[in-house]
Amino acid sequence: MLELTNVSKTFNPGTVNEKTAISHLNFKLEDGDFVTIVGSNGAGKSTLFNAIAGSFYVDEGTIYLDGKNFTYLPEYRRAKVIGRLFQDPLKGTAPHMTIEENLSLAYLRTAKPGFASFSRVSKKEKEMFREHLSLLGMHLEDRMRHPVGLLSGGQRQALTLLMATIVTPKLLLLDEHTAALDPGTAEKVLELTRSIISERKISCMMVTHNMHQALDLGNRTLMMSDGSIVLDLKGEERKGLTVEDLLQKFRQKANKSLDNDRILLSSLETE
Amino acid sequence: MLSLSVVQNALEVGFIYALVALALFLSYSILDIADLTTDGSFTLGCAVSATVCIAGHSVLALPAAMLAGALAGFVTAFLQTRLGVPSILAGIVTNTGLYTINLAVMGFSSNLALFNTDTIFSMAKNPLSPVFGSWYKLVIAAAITLVICVFIVLFLGTRLGISIRATGDNADMVRASSINTTTMITIGLCLANAMTSLSGAVLAQYNKSADINLGTGMVVIGLASLIIGQTLVGKGSMKRCVLAVLVGSVLYRFIIAIALKVNIPAECLKLVSAIIVGFAIALPSLKDWAAFQKKRVAAGRGKGDV
Repeated sequence: MLELTNVSKTFNPGTVNEKTAISHLNFKLEDGDFVTIVGSNGAGKSTLFNAIAGSFYVDEGTIYLDGKNFTYLPEYRRAKVIGRLFQDPLKGTAPHMTIEENLSLAYLRTAKPGFASFSRVSKKEKEMFREHLSLLGMHLEDRMRHPVGLLSGGQRQALTLLMATIVTPKLLLLDEHTAALDPGTAEKVLELTRSIISERKISCMMVTHNMHQALDLGNRTLMMSDGSIVLDLKGEERKGLTVEDLLQKFRQKANKSLDNDRILLSSLETE
Repeated sequence: MLSLSVVQNALEVGFIYALVALALFLSYSILDIADLTTDGSFTLGCAVSATVCIAGHSVLALPAAMLAGALAGFVTAFLQTRLGVPSILAGIVTNTGLYTINLAVMGFSSNLALFNTDTIFSMAKNPLSPVFGSWYKLVIAAAITLVICVFIVLFLGTRLGISIRATGDNADMVRASSINTTTMITIGLCLANAMTSLSGAVLAQYNKSADINLGTGMVVIGLASLIIGQTLVGKGSMKRCVLAVLVGSVLYRFIIAIALKVNIPAECLKLVSAIIVGFAIALPSLKDWAAFQKKRVAAGRGKGDV
């Protein structure tokens, strides 16, 4: 469904700060795939997401989603079919607007251009928002008129998840979306993510620094290093793999060990 | 203390200028853009209104002025969204260019008088004054402003209105929700400058004259009204915010009336406005500073001064 061919992106070309964030990357996502992505800092994980979501245009290569050429489509147009969550819970919601208004914004993906812009959100739609909110189990359905700025980080991230999926996206990008939350809340948001993805069969890519998560969740794991995918694990090869195996494989492929404290810490937790 | 005619005048002018404050509410509070086109588009409204009045169409003068203002807003929006000019500079550039445009609209004269032409006020005098007496001007000014206020409150509740509000609140999130921020900023600035121009248009007919310097300092006056209103009435729902704008604008005119009454020379009024705005915007920082000093002093006393 998603196909990246020979994609490259260099920041600040021609200056001392030149940095090739992804180089000649090829990747194909199948329908219903749930891919976890791991890698050191600066490996190009977030750049990959930015390229897919259209935060910038790539220097080289093509991006296709469901057979449609997305390479030069602006970010806001891609957002109609791509849902995205960031690590920072503040990034995904408008703090001075109510929960209801935030959901209405997300629901605009269904609106047709033109006179519909001057219509208001209907009772029926508000009722639908309420139902969706109640599924989060955070009692947000009783606070629909409250500004989002009053919610906790976990509540805001859960709301962002709901906003990204209220109109089922073709692709969901999760960029360490539970990393800034406390462990209990993170677990809850992750559980919600898992249930929404499996219920609606959304194709999903998720960056994580937690090696257990990387192996537990989804059906495929990518490892990135220096702007390339160095390891693509799926099917039989992925089954029964331990965190230690994964680290070992990374060392072989990237020809260096993982230099990320958070990854190493998360892999120590089991021992 | 204030005579009835002074009160009446403050109310009339307060309602007329409320449209500028409302425009700044849209650009400054909602879109988070300090739109310095304001001065120029206010004068543009005056100029277009006076010129169209002289041509014999005092009612048509109002939509004509709004259209001209919207175009000015479009230029500013285009500069900042498409050409990468920083938003404050974009306003200044448009504002500077408008000076010449405004002169051109007035036939390259720096003022126009409307003494022998009909205005919306002179036309309304005969039908309205039997009922409202000398208050007929206030009725007209208030009616125009209230219609625009109601329109803005309704508009900000629509899908388009919500999208504009979110653009000022969290542009990242808006782009990720499939909304084009460029379009939203453009619509917002067109609408804001249309309102500013309308205010100028009504004022020109009210004063029976248009002057090239009428708009100077308008952005500060509008901000002063906006901030006074928000401090007294508070923020919250859109209805409340718009009410705050009205209250602020009328109160500002009363402050000016009182200042004139206590013999502050008219030349000093701009300085008074500037001080009000500077102080009001600085207020949160001053409060923080005061709280910090208090805390420091309290802590020092507890341990004994070093």
